[in-house]
Amino acid sequence: MLEIKNLSARIGDKEILRGVDLLVPDGEIHAVMGPNGAGKSTLSYVLAGRDGYEVTGGGAIYNGHDLLAMPPEARAAAGVFLAFQYPVELPGVGNANFIRTALNAVRRARAEPELDAVAFLKLARAALKSLSMQDDMLKRNVNVGFSGGEKKRNEVLQMALLQPGLAILDETDSGLDIDALKIVADGVNAQRGLKFSALVITHYQRLLDYIVPDAVHVLAEGRIVKSGGPELALALEAHGYAGLAA
Amino acid sequence: MTALPTRKLEAWRYTDLRALSAISFTAPASPPTPLSLPDLAIPRLVFLNGIFAPHLSSELSFLQPFTPVAEHSAQPLTQINAEHAQAGMTLLIPPGVDAGSVLLVSQASGGSMAFHPRHRITLGAGARLTLIEVAQGDGVYWHNPVMDITLADDAALAHYRLQDESREAFHLATIRADLAKTASYESFTALLGGQISRAEFHVRLQGTGGHAHINAALLLGGSQLGDITSVITHAAKGCTSRQTVKSVLSGAARGVFQGRIEVDRIAQKTDGYQMTQALLLSDTAEMDIKPELQIFADDVKCSHGATIGALDAEQLFYLRSRGIAPDDARAMLIRAFLTEALESVTSEPALAMFETEFAQFQAAR
Repeated sequence: MLEIKNLSARIGDKEILRGVDLLVPDGEIHAVMGPNGAGKSTLSYVLAGRDGYEVTGGGAIYNGHDLLAMPPEARAAAGVFLAFQYPVELPGVGNANFIRTALNAVRRARAEPELDAVAFLKLARAALKSLSMQDDMLKRNVNVGFSGGEKKRNEVLQMALLQPGLAILDETDSGLDIDALKIVADGVNAQRGLKFSALVITHYQRLLDYIVPDAVHVLAEGRIVKSGGPELALALEAHGYAGLAA
Repeated sequence: MTALPTRKLEAWRYTDLRALSAISFTAPASPPTPLSLPDLAIPRLVFLNGIFAPHLSSELSFLQPFTPVAEHSAQPLTQINAEHAQAGMTLLIPPGVDAGSVLLVSQASGGSMAFHPRHRITLGAGARLTLIEVAQGDGVYWHNPVMDITLADDAALAHYRLQDESREAFHLATIRADLAKTASYESFTALLGGQISRAEFHVRLQGTGGHAHINAALLLGGSQLGDITSVITHAAKGCTSRQTVKSVLSGAARGVFQGRIEVDRIAQKTDGYQMTQALLLSDTAEMDIKPELQIFADDVKCSHGATIGALDAEQLFYLRSRGIAPDDARAMLIRAFLTEALESVTSEPALAMFETEFAQFQAAR
């Protein structure tokens, strides 16, 4: 369970989050929607532990872990996974080597045995197949020369292999055509279960046709201003965010 | 002895040898006890304090006896070498022969001595050789090797150099290569050890269609200085030259790259490319770069580029967000940074040796 309480954060002098309250029980997928500049990406970065944000109040507890007190790699080991809005290119780093290193780091932290190259490849090929992705994705350098859709699919591949307990998808739908969107949604839906929860951050309702959320929250001006069921997303699509500001 | 070059000479502007001038060196006396030898399953030739050690070396039919040097050089270090050279490896590979791989080991141990080996490699037409060089040692010494390489038509030399000298040592190497028609010189140098080290290349592409690839990696820390200086002369038509020099500098280390490409009037269709990139891991590390293109032909493709920067914070966060510890993440990015420089290393044992050395550099950092 993720419990965010009165979370406030800023970049430099700029207050971005102004007391976010959010509860995501295990096994549930929650959508966070909101206009540009509402603080959606800041929320995901603060939860994943990116530098440059100053938390000025409140906290975030995930399965008993005080997330904000942990370095990013410890959050990953605890089961937090951020699917980046703009995945970074790593020239000179092979994708298979990268994902295996990550998987083994996480497995080590969880006191699970590490996977050798052969065992990893078997696992990775199976994941690729279930996500309708090409094998060559593993041979290329991480995200180098990937199309926008391929980068997002690579995020979903990493998620499938790292098996997080909490996935934060930061506008994973941006820049995706409908086929890529379905692959990404299938990847998330395949993780659904009692021990998987997700925070799906999106600007548009479209993604939620494919990943049906248990709850929808509206983030505006750094606060959750409205919460509801999937119907809230449809209402937002029809009427926009106007009138919802705090 | 001929005087050491000073910073007043343009070619030595960034590399100050006063620390070397301050020491009075003697000629090596008895050879030292060898350190453990590199574990590569190829024939080897071992020099201890600059003196050939036949009992540690393989029998090689291509090995010729050393002959004294008769040379007057305008380059101070080459001239000093010529005055003092008493030993060296002379390899003569007959035309058409593939001589496989040879390991040249230089080991030294302290006592303020200097040695000036003169190595000579001649490949006949169509001959091939892979030479892996390892220089290592303990204590204060000055290793001043000169290697003269002559490649006949279609000959191919792959030359991989690991400078892993004592941190107190001075290593100033000069490599001169003359290439005939469609000859190929592939080289990679790693500068890891030494207090002050330099690898200075003079490559002449004298026949049509020759190819030279002069890559290097500098992995330095503390107060080390490493210098790659190259002069590649395109003296014939249709030759290509490639240089990729990558530096990873921590502490107060300094890296130098001076690369000059000279294109003679007759060297039309020259294709020359030079790239140098430095990764500074501390605020006190420094990189000096001086690219020079001197072009007298009118139909050539020549370019150079240089970048200096720190590790990318976004890349580091991406790796850490996947559970990879900061030190491992940095090691991955540093290894990735070196990748292009290693592209000229096609020998499996050489590549494995460099990978091991790079991993040790990471671990010690």
